[in-house]
Amino acid sequence: MQVSDMMIWVVILVLGIGTYLIRWSFLGALGDRDMPGWFMRMLRYTPVAVLPALVAPLVVWPAATGGEPDPARMAAAAVTVAVGVLTRNVTLAILAGGVTLAGLLYML
Amino acid sequence: MSPLPQSQTAARQATADDASERALARSPQAAFRHGILQSVPFMVVIVPFALLFGVVATEAGLDIAQVMGFSVLVLAGASQFTAVQLLSDNAPTIIVILSALAVNLRMAMYSASLLPWLRQATPGQKAWVAYALVDQSYALSIQHYERHPRLSMTQRLAYFAGTAAVVCVPWMIASWVGATVGQAIPDDIALDFAMPITFLAMIAPMLRTPAHMAACFVAIAAALVLAGLPSGLGLLIAAPLGMATGALVEVRAERKGR
Repeated sequence: MQVSDMMIWVVILVLGIGTYLIRWSFLGALGDRDMPGWFMRMLRYTPVAVLPALVAPLVVWPAATGGEPDPARMAAAAVTVAVGVLTRNVTLAILAGGVTLAGLLYML
Repeated sequence: MSPLPQSQTAARQATADDASERALARSPQAAFRHGILQSVPFMVVIVPFALLFGVVATEAGLDIAQVMGFSVLVLAGASQFTAVQLLSDNAPTIIVILSALAVNLRMAMYSASLLPWLRQATPGQKAWVAYALVDQSYALSIQHYERHPRLSMTQRLAYFAGTAAVVCVPWMIASWVGATVGQAIPDDIALDFAMPITFLAMIAPMLRTPAHMAACFVAIAAALVLAGLPSGLGLLIAAPLGMATGALVEVRAERKGR
């Protein structure tokens, strides 16, 4: 990481304040104000859009292999998603993915 | 499904009323304990997750104070991981902040949905609720409030405080433990992939409806197409595309349902 300590603290503080304001929004300042329907609808899909967009390039072009697609990491990703969808258990999915990755890296 | 025999339905009704009576009769302390008790199962998810955050953030180069800064001041798992990932990609600060905030936008929805139940609370009480409003404390409290609509304000706040205590305090402690352990872990373990795996594990259970799946699919496709852009920028375009897709599919599904 090449970021300075100062900048990390800036990220922490701004993100902390921003997140707090999001949580406080309707309970505090906005009250019963009606927001447009499309806006509230889009809020519902923020995690399910942001997180996959963040993770997809990391899976296809992992930094650890210098950006070369890597069968072990692809397989681990696939196992994680499959276990997560089937069991709906986050911890179990992480474990399954981790074991797959460790196993494949050891064997390959 | 065959209809239940009359007596059984009546018995079920009676149990529901019993639960309601018990909820209404609770002292603030008992309501607090009830909130604690019902959130304990969530610790199975929160503790390992926070340990992992501590380890991964330390491996990425954060010191313990910074890890605790994230876990106490931000207090939102997915966005903490997002920020650390983008920081280690050397993304511009503004992109780190915008992306991590975007992950937390859903909490505005929680805030709006709790308002009808907590309208009479004092501004100070609302300020504390806002601080501890995370996925788990929200999910448990809204269920509890809807199930027992006649709870007093004190009972509602006490229950929320119970869930928040069990969800937030272990998050902070386990982050600290993870950061301490992380400093002792050798660098050659394939921890680079711990974060992607964690994100995937978080996303998978969210894919409940066609709208969620469409949002996810479009966001992935766009992120891969835009991967050549400076780091983090593709995300800022891909994520809104996915969100809009989810909203569109939802509107369509509702129209069809009518």
